[in-house]
Amino acid sequence: MIKRSFIGLAKPRIVYEALDITVPEPKIIPTSKKVTLLLNETYDPFGQKKAALLKKDDTVKTGQKLCLYEGSDAYVISSVTGSISSISPFLGEFGCSYTAIEIDVAEDEEMDEQFKALFVEPTMDIAKNYLSFIPGNPPASLFSNGSTSPSIDTIVICGVDSDLLITANQHALISDEKAIRKGVGILKQITGIENIIMVAPEHLMQNAGVSGAQVSVVDAEYPATLPRMIMQDLLGKTVPAGKSCEDMGVCFVSAEAVASIGTAFDQGHIPLFKKFNLIKKDGSSVMISARIGTPVHEIFTACDVTVNEKDRIILGGPMTGSSIYSEHHPIQPDTDAVMIQDGKNLALVSDYPCINCGECIRICPAKIPVNMLVRFLEAGQYEQAAEEYDLYSCVECGLCSFVCVSRMPILHYIKLAKYELGRISTAEATNA
Amino acid sequence: MLNQKKFIVSHAPFWHDGSTVTARNYNMILAALPAVLFGFISFGMPAVGVVSLSISSAIVWELLFNKISKRAVSIGDGNAAFIGILFGMLLPATSPWWLVITGTFVAVVIGKQIFGGIGGNPFNPVLIGLAILMVSWKDFFDFNEALVNYDLGFAMAYPLASLKHFGVSAISDFSPADLLMGQQSGGIGATFGLGLIIGGIYLIIRGFIRWEISVSFLAGVVITALFFNISDPARYAGPVFHLLTGYTLIGAFFLATEDSSSPVNFIPMLIYGAGAGIMTVLIRNIGAYVDGVVFAVLLMNIANPLLDKIRPKALGKVV
Repeated sequence: MIKRSFIGLAKPRIVYEALDITVPEPKIIPTSKKVTLLLNETYDPFGQKKAALLKKDDTVKTGQKLCLYEGSDAYVISSVTGSISSISPFLGEFGCSYTAIEIDVAEDEEMDEQFKALFVEPTMDIAKNYLSFIPGNPPASLFSNGSTSPSIDTIVICGVDSDLLITANQHALISDEKAIRKGVGILKQITGIENIIMVAPEHLMQNAGVSGAQVSVVDAEYPATLPRMIMQDLLGKTVPAGKSCEDMGVCFVSAEAVASIGTAFDQGHIPLFKKFNLIKKDGSSVMISARIGTPVHEIFTACDVTVNEKDRIILGGPMTGSSIYSEHHPIQPDTDAVMIQDGKNLALVSDYPCINCGECIRICPAKIPVNMLVRFLEAGQYEQAAEEYDLYSCVECGLCSFVCVSRMPILHYIKLAKYELGRISTAEATNA
Repeated sequence: MLNQKKFIVSHAPFWHDGSTVTARNYNMILAALPAVLFGFISFGMPAVGVVSLSISSAIVWELLFNKISKRAVSIGDGNAAFIGILFGMLLPATSPWWLVITGTFVAVVIGKQIFGGIGGNPFNPVLIGLAILMVSWKDFFDFNEALVNYDLGFAMAYPLASLKHFGVSAISDFSPADLLMGQQSGGIGATFGLGLIIGGIYLIIRGFIRWEISVSFLAGVVITALFFNISDPARYAGPVFHLLTGYTLIGAFFLATEDSSSPVNFIPMLIYGAGAGIMTVLIRNIGAYVDGVVFAVLLMNIANPLLDKIRPKALGKVV
């Protein structure tokens, strides 16, 4: 954990982890007995509205596309061969509902051939229908065909990672050079977008250069690699408060996702292994490669990490990740890191009020009046916070909470406010 | 599933830089110590009594109010102690016990707690306490009268009072070096300029106070005093005298920089500090009071919420 320096006058400089050119070979986790896949769709357990296409004891093959309901766009790709042992609803952060599909893994692996029959001629539809659930998790807007809402005219490939301590994308950039080059070509071909920009840290410029995309150097200081910061610093477009990068015609995709697309169309099978960092209790980091759906406890066991009661397990990095309550939680396509913190020295929040010290104002990259904002958010005055105190300008980097002397959960308040306001506007739209 | 391990779940970020309110307040107390200890040496046991009573009564008032208002006990954060020590530093060494206790009551309860405790106070609690006492019992704050029985081996006339009543000719005895080294009468912790400057620089380097406020406050004092001095050197003292006497230095580093009652954006901090500095000299030179720091800072505290509206445009804000 980075501590406040003795000289507190200077703004803390928090830099991203830089991966050397000598790439560490990832440690491969053996296939676990049971995997869980989280499908981004609400499960209707009694089949009242729609009949489920999947049921218990169905057998699945490795690489098979699993779709829960007829006509739905949401699907998962099975990362193992086996039989479905249970299908259950799963509630994620901020009310996101998923369907958890648990699969008992069979001894012999059998490959699904559906994608293999199609891959020779890459089209948008194939990508959309088979490559949403691949390591790196390409965003839906990438395969949107221009038909849905905003049209994308620029693709930004992140050769850097959005959070501290993580090197998954840098690793992809160095070790999967060929796949990324292929992936960039495929993207150009299927989307018709010529404007593909690769952002990478300075020391990986050479690797980024061979990808075939335009190259742009990103600063090594947090939070320069968050999408909105890249938009402003490198693309010269400021995203208006309340709009998303997609609204501005820019789609962000991770280097790992591009590598996965390249590999899929190169070899004819959908990649199933997610690379990520395991950040141990002492802060050291190990590169891991595991099948999507592997429960995190398997990773801890394989790497000799002891997990105790009251530890904290985090999917993602220290600034923007999310903590999970069960060690059976699976690795997902967008899990760039699994972090574990010792219960004895956790940074916890307090219910202390803001003392107006101004640390957050000094560090906020979006120049939000955090001291005022948080007072309104504490009182639940979300609308006023959004109108007068720039709630929607927040890039959600978490630096305000990181430096808060009172240890207020500022980022939590901000996300809650955005979520609540989103709920209000959805409710208004449906009632109108 | 039943005997699953339980984990701590919370929201991002999962790191913290380790700063705490407690450390902040204790560091401020630490920074005040050189000036306080010098005051103890100069004024002897009565000064020790006043400061000790001030700190302890401030803590007791806060504890009592916590109990009465059924809120969490907040004396552990050191803020009450900090208010206590600052309040003691501003008093003359001969202050009677009831004056100290009344003052800390006003400072802690009326100045801070009724607004919701730390972070909620619109004014600097110490100055609220002091201002109310100064208005109510004026004689106890006349340093010439209060310290009449002291003879410390230098001119015991309160420099600002001499200036006010007898003009520049009366202050020719005070050399800047003597004033800096605390060879003057005044509040227990307000006379030792060097100690206050060391404490202030420590706080600025550690980032516990905002340097913009201190620097602009001192600049405001210097520039205004300089203008007065140029316009009529016989009536108005020079900037160095104003800088080293009265509550100027303690005001610049400890009073004006109080977190909750001062702005946090860059330009507002400069305006706030400079405004308080200018006002200080105005009150001293053409106002009714001998020293102007207390009321100057309180006046700028009122302007703080308005000043803090001057802020940079947030990322992507559409106006």
